[in-house]
Amino acid sequence: MTTAPPTEAVPAEEAGGPARLSPALALTGAGIAVAVAALLSLAVGAIPIPPSRVIAVLIQSLGGRDAIDPALAGDALVILDIRLPRTALAMLVGAATALSGGVMQGLFRNPLADPSLVGVSAGSALAAAAWIVIGGSLAASIAPVVGTLGLPLAAFAGGLVASVILNVMATSGGRTSIVGMLLAGIAINGLAGAGTGFLVFIASEQQLRDFTFWTLGSLAGATWIKVLLVLPFAVAVALVAPMLARGLDAVALGESAAFHVGVPVERLKRIAIVAVAGAIGAAVAVSGVIGFFGLTVPHIVRLACGPGHRLLLPASALLGAALLTLADVVARTAGAPAEVPLGVITAAVGAPLMLWLLAARRRSMGE
Amino acid sequence: MQKLLAALLLALLAAPAVAEPITIVDAAGRSVAIADTSRIVAIGGTVTEILYALGVEDRIVGVDQTSNYPEAAAAKPNVGYMRQLSPEGVLSLRPSLVVAIEDSGPKDTIDVLERASVPFILVPKAHDAAGVVKTIRFVAEAVGEKNKGEALAAAVGEDLATVEKMRDRITEKRKAVFILGMNGTSLMVAGSHTGAADIFALAGVDNALAAMEGYKPAGDEATLAAAPQALVMMSERTGGITDDAVFAAPALAATPAAKDRRLIRMSGTYLLNFGPRTAHAARDLAAAVYPDLKLPVLPARPWTGHDDGAAH
Repeated sequence: MTTAPPTEAVPAEEAGGPARLSPALALTGAGIAVAVAALLSLAVGAIPIPPSRVIAVLIQSLGGRDAIDPALAGDALVILDIRLPRTALAMLVGAATALSGGVMQGLFRNPLADPSLVGVSAGSALAAAAWIVIGGSLAASIAPVVGTLGLPLAAFAGGLVASVILNVMATSGGRTSIVGMLLAGIAINGLAGAGTGFLVFIASEQQLRDFTFWTLGSLAGATWIKVLLVLPFAVAVALVAPMLARGLDAVALGESAAFHVGVPVERLKRIAIVAVAGAIGAAVAVSGVIGFFGLTVPHIVRLACGPGHRLLLPASALLGAALLTLADVVARTAGAPAEVPLGVITAAVGAPLMLWLLAARRRSMGE
Repeated sequence: MQKLLAALLLALLAAPAVAEPITIVDAAGRSVAIADTSRIVAIGGTVTEILYALGVEDRIVGVDQTSNYPEAAAAKPNVGYMRQLSPEGVLSLRPSLVVAIEDSGPKDTIDVLERASVPFILVPKAHDAAGVVKTIRFVAEAVGEKNKGEALAAAVGEDLATVEKMRDRITEKRKAVFILGMNGTSLMVAGSHTGAADIFALAGVDNALAAMEGYKPAGDEATLAAAPQALVMMSERTGGITDDAVFAAPALAATPAAKDRRLIRMSGTYLLNFGPRTAHAARDLAAAVYPDLKLPVLPARPWTGHDDGAAH
C-alpha cells in the first residue's frame, strides 16, 4: 500500500526454499487483482447493468451527481449509492483484516494467531449481542440515527474494551508478555462467550436471528458513513505496518534476539496491538464477523512470497482487499435477490484454498 | 439530486395500473405515499397470504423466506430473510411497492429503496382477533384494494366471531405446551409473548409455560410441573420426530398429555401467520385439544384452500 517494494533480502531461512514470486511481481499481481475486483464489484450485481452503462455512469459521475444523464439515473443510483460504498467497504475491511492477521501472526510468532484469538472479535460480538438484545430498541426510540449506527458503534466499543483489558492483563513493569496476552485472550474469549451465551438465552427469536446473521458477516447495507467509520482505522494500520515490518522480521528470530539487534520490542508490540485492535474493532463493527479471512490471506501470501514482513504485509493488504471484494460479489449474486452471508463464502473458499496451497507446497518441498 | 429522483419516478410510473395516489401511516408511524401498486414485493408470510386472499397474486413480483403459503408463493423470486434484505436484490425485481411485516429491514435497505422511489410500508403485526382484521384492512388499503379488503375483513371477522362463541363452550380450559423443536430429548418451547401463546389464547387453550418469556429451552422439571394436557408441534419442522420419541422425553413422559397421547401436529404457518386463516387455525387447534366438545367446522373459504388442519 504505502510501502516501496523491499530492496533487501528477507530473512535468511528462506534461502534454497521453493520458488517464490519476486516482490515486484507479487505486489503488481496483487494490485491488478484489486483493480479487477473493484471493477467487477461495480459492474456485477442482482440488477443487470451492461458494462457500457456502468462505465458511462462512472465517467459522468466524475463531474458530480448532476452531470449524470437523466436516462442513466436508475443505474447511477444502483452503482453510486449501493455498489460503490459497498465496494469501498469490502476493500477497507478486507485490507484491514488481512493486514491485522499478518501483524498478529508475526507478533505471536505463530501462524495460527488471528485477531479472534486474543478476544477482540469476541468483545465486539458481546457488545453487538448486547446491542441487539437490550440496547437497540431502547436507544432507537430516543434517537433514530442511533438505530442504524448503534450496532457498529457498540461493536467497536466492545472490541476496544477487550483490547484494553488484554493490554492491562498482559503488561507488567512496562513489558508486554506474548504468552500472557495469549492466556488473557483465552480468558476474555471465555468471558465474552459466557456473556454472549446469556444474551442469546434471553433473546427473542428475532433477535437471535439478527445476531446469528451478524456473526456470519455481511456487507449488506453499506453506506458512506460506515466507510468513514472504518477508514481512519484501516489507514492507521496501513501506515503503521511498514514501520513494523522490519521489527517483526527480527522478532521472528525470538524477542531477545530482536532486542539485541536493536529492535525496540516493547514499543513494537504496543504499537502493533493498538493498531490491530483499532482496525479489527472497526472492521467487525461494520461487517460483523467474517470467518477465516484474517488467518488465511497472510498464509496464502506467505506460501507464495515467503515470510518476510516487508512484502508479506503490503501484499496481504492488497490481496485481502481483492479477495474480500470478490467474495462479496459472490455473496450478493449467488442467491440473488437474497444474499448469502459473506462469512460463509470466505470460509468455504478460504479453507480449501489454504489446504490446496499447503499440499502444493509440501509437494514442491519434497522434491 | 431532485432531477435524478424525478427522472427515476417517471421511469417507475411508466408501468401501467397506476391507482389513485394515497398516503398511509405505517406501523412505524412513517407516512408513506403509494402511487403504483402494480409490482409488489411481499415480506412476511402474513402479508403474502393476505395478498393471495385478496386475489392480487399476479402483482406479487417477489416474496421473502417466510412466505410459504400458499404453495404457489414459493415459486416467486425470494429475497431472503426479512431482516437482512439486500437493497439491490429487492430493486432487481423492479418493484413499485414493498409491503413488509413490522420489524422488516434493515433500516439502511429501507432508506436506499426510498431514495429509489420505491415506497416501503410496514404492516402492523396482529396478536389477536381484532389485530387480524386490522392487518387485513391495512394491507388491502396499501395495495389499493379497499373494497376487496372490506369483504375479506368482514368474512374473516365473522369466522373469528364464531371462534369466540366456540370459546364460550369451553368450560374447563386445558393446558398445552407448544414445542418449537427438540434436540434429542431436550425441548425448545414457547413461553408468553410469542405467536404460539397468541394462537393458544384465540383457541381457548392455556399456555402451560406462560411463566416463561419467549421461545426458550424448557427446564425438564418445570415442564413436568406444568402438567400440560396437550402438546402442539409444527408439522413442517418436526417430521423426523415420532410421537413415541416426544412422549419418551423425560420432561414429558409423566405428563397428562403423554398419558392421553395427545400430540397435535399442525402447520406452523397456519398457526402463527395471524392472517386470513387464523380463525380456522384457532378452531382446528381447539377441536384437537378439546375433541370431546365436538366443535363445529367453520365454513370453507377460498383462502383456506386445501385442508392444512390438524392431523389428529
